[in-house]
Amino acid sequence: MSKKDSEYLINRKDNQYEVVIGLEVHAQVLSESKLFSTSATKFGAEPNTQVSLVDAAFPGMLPVINEFCVKQAIKTGIGLNAKINKRSVFDRKNYFYADLPQGYQISQFKDPIVGEGKVILDMPNGQKEVGIERLHLEQDAGKSIHDLDPQNTFVDLNRSGVALMEIVSKPDLRSPDEVNAYIKKLRSIMRYLGTCDGNMQEGSLRADVNVSVRPKGSKEFGTRCEIKNVNSIKFMQMAIEYEANRQVDLMEEGKTIDQETRLFDTKKNETRSMRSKEDAHDYRYFPDPDLLPLEVSEKFIEELRNDIPELPDDKKRRFIEEFKLSAYEANILVSDIDTAKYFEEVITKMGKNKDIKLAVNWITGELFAILNSKGLEISQSPVSAKNFAILINLIKNGTISGKIAKTVFELMIDGDKDPQKIIEEKGLKQQSDPKALEALIDKIINDNREKAIEYKQGKEKLFGFFVGQAMKASGGKANPQLINEILKKKL
Amino acid sequence: MSDITKQSLTELVENIKNKKLSSTDVTKAFIDRSEKSEELNAYITNDFTSAIDKAKKFDQKPNLDLKLPGIPMAVKDLFCTKNIKTTAGSKILNNFVPTYESTVTENIWNEGAILLGKLNCDEFAMGSSNETSFFGNVQNPIDKNLVPGGSSGGSASAVAAQLTPITIGTDTGGSIRQPASFTGIVGLKPTYGSCSRYGIVAFASSLDQAGPMAQNVKDCALLHEVISSYDPKDSTSVNFKRNHYSKELTNDIKRKKIGIPKEYRVDGMPKEIEDLWQKGIQYIKDCGAETVDISLPNTSYALPTYYIVAPAEASSNLARYDGVKYGFRAKGENLIDMYEKTRSEGFGAEVQRRIMIGTYVLSSGYYDAYYLKAQKVRKLIKNDFDEAYKKVDAILTPSTPSSAFKIGEKTNDPVSMYLNDIFTVPVNLAGLPGISIPAGHDSNGYPLGLQIIGKAFDEQNILNIAYAMEEKINFKNKITDWWIK
Repeated sequence: MSKKDSEYLINRKDNQYEVVIGLEVHAQVLSESKLFSTSATKFGAEPNTQVSLVDAAFPGMLPVINEFCVKQAIKTGIGLNAKINKRSVFDRKNYFYADLPQGYQISQFKDPIVGEGKVILDMPNGQKEVGIERLHLEQDAGKSIHDLDPQNTFVDLNRSGVALMEIVSKPDLRSPDEVNAYIKKLRSIMRYLGTCDGNMQEGSLRADVNVSVRPKGSKEFGTRCEIKNVNSIKFMQMAIEYEANRQVDLMEEGKTIDQETRLFDTKKNETRSMRSKEDAHDYRYFPDPDLLPLEVSEKFIEELRNDIPELPDDKKRRFIEEFKLSAYEANILVSDIDTAKYFEEVITKMGKNKDIKLAVNWITGELFAILNSKGLEISQSPVSAKNFAILINLIKNGTISGKIAKTVFELMIDGDKDPQKIIEEKGLKQQSDPKALEALIDKIINDNREKAIEYKQGKEKLFGFFVGQAMKASGGKANPQLINEILKKKL
Repeated sequence: MSDITKQSLTELVENIKNKKLSSTDVTKAFIDRSEKSEELNAYITNDFTSAIDKAKKFDQKPNLDLKLPGIPMAVKDLFCTKNIKTTAGSKILNNFVPTYESTVTENIWNEGAILLGKLNCDEFAMGSSNETSFFGNVQNPIDKNLVPGGSSGGSASAVAAQLTPITIGTDTGGSIRQPASFTGIVGLKPTYGSCSRYGIVAFASSLDQAGPMAQNVKDCALLHEVISSYDPKDSTSVNFKRNHYSKELTNDIKRKKIGIPKEYRVDGMPKEIEDLWQKGIQYIKDCGAETVDISLPNTSYALPTYYIVAPAEASSNLARYDGVKYGFRAKGENLIDMYEKTRSEGFGAEVQRRIMIGTYVLSSGYYDAYYLKAQKVRKLIKNDFDEAYKKVDAILTPSTPSSAFKIGEKTNDPVSMYLNDIFTVPVNLAGLPGISIPAGHDSNGYPLGLQIIGKAFDEQNILNIAYAMEEKINFKNKITDWWIK
């Protein structure tokens, strides 16, 4: 494997291979109720407690489109800079399975609600555009549970009928890193829009990964394999790496690659064949006669367009301009909407004379470290943006040193305490009274006469020793800048 | 009153409103006659005990402002009825008791009617003779050896034999009009989107429509007025202004233009059908309307088109009967084995045949040649009607190419059975309303029907034409009560 010019290539003897990846991302629409019924969609509910007669496909039950889900799909389409189709059609995808009550999934086949679009990825070597082929709405199936009983399979229909957006990318991705960036970008955009919570642990975001390889420089696509239903970015990356190498090995041996559907075994870290092209299901797609074609007006779309919040790319641009952040810093702050919100709230609460750079360093440093160690999201931060802003201002105006601030921050975590109160209670205020500090330093010089002489004779390293003594004597509260100044004068 | 069951719906409503009859009197009379008529096999499930309770309850506090005050009626077993077994004529739903009510039946009960029971029909409404029912064939009260038609055979038989004053059926390719014609009653297939499909066991979603069946046109108009409603629970339900069909009913059809389509003069059609049609044309003229020769050039493609579209939709609609959630389940070694056994044992031969046809025409490689082509032809058939309606207000045709045939006569020849729908299927494909009225008898004394096809949502017009013609025809059904001992 070579990462020259940050290009992801697979090397074999004399040959280099490029990997071509396309993703079909299944994103659960953030909605209180299902795509064609009024059942709830809450995660983790008791099995079969969120199932209507429609979801369980009782005789004579009919689907009725949930307008909110349509709006969510269109908003997502707008966020992906995509063409919104004013007319789309729901089709039936027919197959038998125990957790598919209707015997078909209602999906969109020929005429999806959203057409071509694009997303921009920020890669270390610059920006990369990834094409979106389409986005369509479809129903999720239920869940088969095979491990509760040795003889029987149990079926939970809570997910049955939940709205999914299938977002199909063009085969524009070239490395596991790009896949990582792409998924994170999609997730970020949808979380900004509030159209998908992007929670991969709960299955709100999962993907089918199409992988093919070709000799470097070739313009033609190789035969692709589809790896089904991968539910974490790490597994996607591992699966791609395994699958690309498997395909390259076959090519090196002069063998052909069969177009097939494969599964990724997370325990063995390998993909294996699920079904060949010949065994592929014939889904017998046809327009669902229970539903009329979905038609939306220009006005309907425009109203949604006006409702779109500032998206990550725009926010990043603004952060760089308005707050003079580096692209790197801006990226970190905008990639997750809650981080961006927290940051902006801190900035507002800091008032006029603010040190933005200091705030950024503290968010990406101390705050992220705490959140990481506690396994918390920023939305669950134990320190509110308000108190965080106060803390940064206290450092900025010299009330406390950066070192003391760390101690104060530790104490703030327990119950989101006001840092001013902590400083007062613990007497942590920085000593900035020059007279008191002079007296303190006089005493230290007096107690360490010999070292003072050595310093004067040129042993400059000893300056640090005197700073340390002064800080120690002040209990760490002395203003380090003043200590420096006074020592230089006295020694 | 011994002749209660001979009364029309309109008479019964009037007598109940005038307190000449109580709901209990009427309900008991129809139950009594139904019990004596078991040989017809019109019912799959009866609900007589609670019907009497409901009638008594109604009589204690009669609400006489309702349109069907305390009127008992049985309905086709394709309508889901809350807490009453609903089978669709199939073994696979033999144990199925819905927890919900179809919108159409809900509308009926809301107007004061009382459920007598569920009427026999072809399995999943697939059939033209009621011989595909898991619960056995239904007899035509006209003659012991005759089929009542299908799929609403139980409904037609029950109205003709006066086991229920009125009923509702469903019509996908002729399932209301053909049995109405075979038993000498009136049956209306409304415009697609007029009556909600919510809670009706689906056969072919783009064609299915519920409709009224009655002794006469006025009763039919009243029942249609009750069942037709906009329903947000059915995405194909149409929100249009509905008439008070019975109140607005008139026999004044002067100067109406009625089209006579030459393509309905099919090869091998018996002379008595042609004669009946000519008589119909004369009745039209007698009513002061005029007839116009028209052409519906794609008529001959209607039947093959129907037998692609309907099975295609059915093959998908019936996938839910898999033994997993409700209904019949056969034991199997594994999931696939369970599916195969459940569906082989649970569905009858005709249903399996149509699932096979439907699966075939939708499969990859055949979809374009069959399903897609059929959809295009369907559009052409609809265009034919649109073109014709530029010149005429309605169209008159025979309802069926023959009178009722004998039980067992066509069971081994599905194509000849399908040919029975030749005059009715174009109406479903075009989504139009059509009504069959009894118009005469063949040489055996078996009833023959005429069909009036209207413009979309123009039910009032075809009801009016039927009403005017009914008066001129003065049809009398020849029923001898042969089955009552």
